Amino acid sequence: MNPVLRRSLGLLLAALALGLLGLFAGSSGWAWPGGGDAVQAQIVWDIRLPRGLGAWLVGALLGLAGALAQGLFRNPLADPYLLGSASGASLGVGVWISWIGGHALAGGAWARLGMTGAAFVGALLAVLLTLLLARGVQQTMRLLLAGVVVGVVLGALTSMLALLRPELLLSMQGFVLGSAAFLGWQACALLAAMLLITLLGALAMARVLDALALGEATAQSLGVPLAAARLALVSLLALATAAAVAQAGLIAFVGLAAPHLVRSRGPQRHAGLLWLSALTGGLLLLAADTLARLVWAPQDVPVGVCTAVLGGAYLLWRMQAMNRGAA
Amino acid sequence: MPRRRPLAWPRWGHAAVQMAVALCALLGLAAQASGPIEVRDDAARVVRLAQAPQRVVSLLPSLTESVCVLGACERLVATDRYSNWPHAVLALPKVGGGLDPNIEAVVAARPDLVLLASSTRAADRLRALGLTVLALEPNTQADAQRVLRTLGQALGLPEAAARDQWARIEQGVAQARARLLPAARGLRVYVEVSSTPHGAGEASFIGQLLKDLGAHNILPASMGPFPVVNPEHVVQARPQVVLVGDSSQALMRARPGWSDLPAMQAPRLCALSPAQADVLMRPGPRMAEAAQLVVDCLNRSVTLPGRAP
Repeated sequence: MNPVLRRSLGLLLAALALGLLGLFAGSSGWAWPGGGDAVQAQIVWDIRLPRGLGAWLVGALLGLAGALAQGLFRNPLADPYLLGSASGASLGVGVWISWIGGHALAGGAWARLGMTGAAFVGALLAVLLTLLLARGVQQTMRLLLAGVVVGVVLGALTSMLALLRPELLLSMQGFVLGSAAFLGWQACALLAAMLLITLLGALAMARVLDALALGEATAQSLGVPLAAARLALVSLLALATAAAVAQAGLIAFVGLAAPHLVRSRGPQRHAGLLWLSALTGGLLLLAADTLARLVWAPQDVPVGVCTAVLGGAYLLWRMQAMNRGAA
Repeated sequence: MPRRRPLAWPRWGHAAVQMAVALCALLGLAAQASGPIEVRDDAARVVRLAQAPQRVVSLLPSLTESVCVLGACERLVATDRYSNWPHAVLALPKVGGGLDPNIEAVVAARPDLVLLASSTRAADRLRALGLTVLALEPNTQADAQRVLRTLGQALGLPEAAARDQWARIEQGVAQARARLLPAARGLRVYVEVSSTPHGAGEASFIGQLLKDLGAHNILPASMGPFPVVNPEHVVQARPQVVLVGDSSQALMRARPGWSDLPAMQAPRLCALSPAQADVLMRPGPRMAEAAQLVVDCLNRSVTLPGRAP
């Protein structure tokens, strides 16, 4: 059997198993809600199920965005957060909220779509700004520094916005705490549509990424229209990040860790890498969210806090492993 | 219950009339409670209730307090983790904070009405799950009055309930104002609500209260309701009285130039216990108590011995 297919099956089955187990994880700890009436059914099928599915979709989008960024910039540290696109997305959401008012978060489907659009514009502008400051993608150090600068400056602008409009401060705060707790079927539908679009787009670009991996000159000699390809890839990256951020807020490390985990199991061509990164990201965030529901039940830990702690620990462990490998 | 003693009418007349009035009020309440209720929340959204709600979840402390002073405390089935007054609500299940409520736990409480602040993302999600949600955000005294009225309507209580409570609050504030010593009028006051430092400006409900009591707030309305304060601004404005939560006191002293401020010396620095800080900093039904607290502080600052401001 094709190894990519085998691993996909494994990841999907693990996600399915975890998703089913997640139906038991909720405010009462590890328990199936008793009773059997309408409210209990609602808790399982309209709260726990869409929350698990939503967490998986958000994680998949972030994993895909991470793999796209690392492929596009030929840089294993590129990540939607390090390139400033997540800060751009949250600034976009901040502007949207202050424009519509704090009630934007209480709005219906159109407000949701508008928020994703605002996040997309913000993310796209942020990545373009990073690229402009780094004068392209050739120099890793420059790119990362530019990404950090853009991220910090846009983050500061978001704080500024919240200070200027104190009545929005709370709305923004709730948003910055990344959380899957508010994902319902409507959000899942939007996330699934975005994942489908960005995944198909990314897979279509997989051969371009393979060519880019050989260096830009080689890619060009292979007939890749560099400018157009870059713009398309940056847009896909921004769209995937924006969809995730607009629905679930800021969730760190999944985009960085997922492609790493995939690549650490042997080199991959990009078609497999992109696809497996999405599946891995989904599984990671689903696992983190299931944990987030349980550790402090009946209260909820925002899953963004969980991934930051787990992801930080993972990166430190990898660094240690790398040091040992070098020694 | 009317007594069947017609002969005693003259003696019992007064009480009987009172009881009749009470009965009418009760009947009125029942009539109001059984009919559909329609109120407007702070986002101008119309909220419809088929009947007076009997299982209420409140996710904002000031709303919890308002429900209780309106006499509907026993209808609360769960609150957010910060609601701590009156004492009875401490025994209720806690379902997370206003910004990060546990959606599932709210639904599991089977509420027929959820009260929360307009700024939370939970509103949308809870509505999508079919719950009736009333989003209210009291920020000024006028807001607090409107919230009390809206809550009274939503709970199916007679209009008098909210009106009486508001009258009680205004009366309490007036009593506090009357107790203010002449020497304590017009003092320059700084109220710090968090050690960020955020202060309470003239535009906030705390600022309105200070103005009501004739104090001079060093944070003008132009700075907004709860501005982030430059510590230097406070040093320059030389407040005569400072009100602050007990825990932030030490942090304030550590700020350059602050420890020498006259207002940082004992009688002029009013350090509020956590319970007192809750009273002052929640735009709820305890604003009369808040007024008493501020008046006590102002009076103390001019009567107890200390350095002249």
